[in-house]
Amino acid sequence: MTDISAPSFVRQELVAERAAPAKTTGFIGFVRMRLLNSPGNILLTILGLLLAWYIVIPAIKFLLVDAIWTGKDRTACLADKAGHEVGACWPYIQAKLTQLIYGFYPEAQRWRVNLTYGLGAALLLPLLLPRLPAKGLNSGLFFFAFPVVAFFLLHGGGIAGFGVSWTAGLLQLFEQSIGGAGDLLVNLSKSSAFGPLPWVLGKLLVLFGLLIHWLIFPLTWLRDQLQLSSVPVWGDFLLTAVIVSAVLFVLGGGLRTGGRALIGSLLTFAGIAAGIKLMGLDRGGFPIVDTRLWGGLLVTLVIAITGIVASMPIGIALALGRRSTIPLIRIFSIAFIEFWRGVPLITVLFFATYMLPLFVPGNFAVDGLLRALIGVAIFTGAYMAEVIRGGLAAVARGQAEAASALGLSWWKTTSLIVLPQALRYVIPGIVNSFISLFKDTSLVSIVALFDLLGSLRASFSDPNWSTPTTAFTGFAFAGMIYFVFCFGMSRYSLFVENRLNAHRRH
Amino acid sequence: MSIAPRKPPLQFALRLKRALGGRAGWNGLAAQIAFAAILAWIAYEIVANARTNLETQHIASGFGFLNYNAGFDVNQSLIAYNNSDTYWRVFFVGLLNTILVSVIGIVFATVIGFIVALCRLSPNLLLSRIGGIYVEIIRNLPLLFQILFWYLAVLAALPAPRQSISIFNTFFLNNRGLVVPQPVTEPGLYPFIAALAVGIVLALGLRRTARRALFQRGQMIRIWPYVLGCLIGLPLVSMLIFGGPLQFELPQLKGFNFAGGARIIPEFVALTVALSTYTGAFIAEIVRAGVMSVHKGQMEAGSSLGLSRAATLRLIVVPQAMRVIVPPLTSQYLNLTKNSSLAVAIGYPDLVSVFAGTAVSQTGQAIEIIAMTMGVYLLLSLTTSALMSVYGWRINRSMAA
Repeated sequence: MTDISAPSFVRQELVAERAAPAKTTGFIGFVRMRLLNSPGNILLTILGLLLAWYIVIPAIKFLLVDAIWTGKDRTACLADKAGHEVGACWPYIQAKLTQLIYGFYPEAQRWRVNLTYGLGAALLLPLLLPRLPAKGLNSGLFFFAFPVVAFFLLHGGGIAGFGVSWTAGLLQLFEQSIGGAGDLLVNLSKSSAFGPLPWVLGKLLVLFGLLIHWLIFPLTWLRDQLQLSSVPVWGDFLLTAVIVSAVLFVLGGGLRTGGRALIGSLLTFAGIAAGIKLMGLDRGGFPIVDTRLWGGLLVTLVIAITGIVASMPIGIALALGRRSTIPLIRIFSIAFIEFWRGVPLITVLFFATYMLPLFVPGNFAVDGLLRALIGVAIFTGAYMAEVIRGGLAAVARGQAEAASALGLSWWKTTSLIVLPQALRYVIPGIVNSFISLFKDTSLVSIVALFDLLGSLRASFSDPNWSTPTTAFTGFAFAGMIYFVFCFGMSRYSLFVENRLNAHRRH
Repeated sequence: MSIAPRKPPLQFALRLKRALGGRAGWNGLAAQIAFAAILAWIAYEIVANARTNLETQHIASGFGFLNYNAGFDVNQSLIAYNNSDTYWRVFFVGLLNTILVSVIGIVFATVIGFIVALCRLSPNLLLSRIGGIYVEIIRNLPLLFQILFWYLAVLAALPAPRQSISIFNTFFLNNRGLVVPQPVTEPGLYPFIAALAVGIVLALGLRRTARRALFQRGQMIRIWPYVLGCLIGLPLVSMLIFGGPLQFELPQLKGFNFAGGARIIPEFVALTVALSTYTGAFIAEIVRAGVMSVHKGQMEAGSSLGLSRAATLRLIVVPQAMRVIVPPLTSQYLNLTKNSSLAVAIGYPDLVSVFAGTAVSQTGQAIEIIAMTMGVYLLLSLTTSALMSVYGWRINRSMAA
């Protein structure tokens, strides 16, 4: 046993204090950890600082410090007049602002554009805020009522008839086309070697056309009577309202449960009537402003909004068609989607501008803006179809199976169970394709429409404002507009994505 | 007694129903017939209207116009072209210009994309923020806006040829484009190319041998010195024996313009810069997402096996990231090619600009020309997506194995 009482070593004095550990929090620590923690990183930081210095400082200098803020024409923005190096020439933007926002829209009528902007914003904002109620009514107003109202506000003009006349006209067109095709086949059979087959087919078609003619005769007769009366629009409107409401009442379940459908339909028609009365559509409406006078941000927004509104139904139909088990419909949807996704938008716009007018009857001139709109709608519809298809695939199979187990038909399963869930999943995707649509609207300036970019380009050629910095100023201004819209939308898409994935966050 | 299951009944009617109408049965067949009738009706209307409209405008349909003389000039052409050539030639000139700008744009976009992605992934906060701002700004501005910005603002603001911005006295940037040294072929070119080809083949063979040795016998062979020798040494030897393959003719300022050298037109410069910076921002996001998709544990597992950091990256992280990166990267390449059609806005003579633009306005053969143009792009994207599905199939197969 050792003697444990003998002290081996006992420290007599205090240990010298060690230096505090390097700070890893706060600003200093942050700089040390994230910017200067190794020689390589220090080098990178210096590089980054240099890069920022050479981009940010000249940009600020150009946009604010050296900028000219007031002036009447280009002389204000020349270096020898200003006495220093000239940056952005803001008076040029002030002079061109109306052109960049309204194009050549007549000055007296610009309140209509402002009203449309206001109406659109008032309908869109509540739609974007998830907390506000009545999304169904709101989206109905935005996607269906707003485009029609906006058309009559922006373009002007009135209506000569309503539902009955339009249906009659369309059916008559169909009947004439069938009859024309039949006559053509009959004529063809006289000269060709196909034998009697075209003749039989042609005669059948002619007979079919005649049948349609007699079937729609009550409708056309009604239309002619209405056109002869003193109040064609209101008479037609009342008749349409009565017919549609009655049909909805019967379809909704008659006396037992049809009341809801009837009230809804009557309220909708009351709303339409209020719209017609307010805008005076029965008396010719507002003075017509030709779309050639439209321009600037107005055209950009019109194309973007119409594109998104029109591409939704196209996209939904194509996505459902692509998932359908019916061979022809599936093949058609796949071919349609892949075709339009495979070609650049500019060729689609060329197609719409040069080829589309050849495809419609010669006496039926298609407006330049409308052509571009059709091209954009088809193009975006094909992309939208793929986005929505992703959403449809994300809906669990059990949902549709449960619906069929409950005895719902395909239409009810799709519209009540699958689509609402699918569309919720793909809101971020839809917003993303809206962003790319918004950016792509700039392409219409190539087919001679003056959107924001087109108006900007046109304003460069004004000799009154040609200075060395005009182009940079214009691009800075338009760039800010585009950036604010696109960046805002992408942030919104992120916000919705986070909200939808809230249950997955840890 | 046989216990083999009884064959299911043939159920011919049921199968026919399925084949004709899908899961919807006879209703589906009816829907198809109605759909086909509507399609036929629309097609008939289109053809009938187009025929009458063409007749009233006195335009002969058909592809005969392709053999007519074009009669207009094109300011950049990779193949010999003058204004008495046919529209066929115009088509190929445009196609080659589209391919040229796409290929060069793809190379630069990839480089920019990977650099920006590395910046964004860097632990250095400043650098990753700068990368992030670059991506946000570029992605939120329309491409056409950027093309016009480079063309109308930046390139137009460059000085005249006499005050060119000179880079090492070899490249000169001015408002008429970029003047670069012109390569002139020398007699040593063909031996050089042959030596290079032999070198590449030898290097590939070496790599194959080395891999086989590694996989079959577990033997590591160091091949990189030999590979370098093949790839660099052989062409060097050829240059020593036969002389250099190319000589560069330097541009010289003479009077108001440059003599010698090749001039790259400003439209090409603007288009390439805009396309590659724009697509680069998208590629950066793809690469970043791909690298971040590889689980951290993979890197840790690699180091716990004793692999060096570089080896872990090369053998474990990058192959897995590539699986995520390649499909969207290809679609970005395709997008760049399709976006190169915006050349028409600044007058770079690509397919859309010279063929669907100038040729349509000269001949009025809108249907044929636009169909051909769309066909080219369609062929390209269908081929790419076919290749991509083969790639996806192979990846799936290798993942399953």
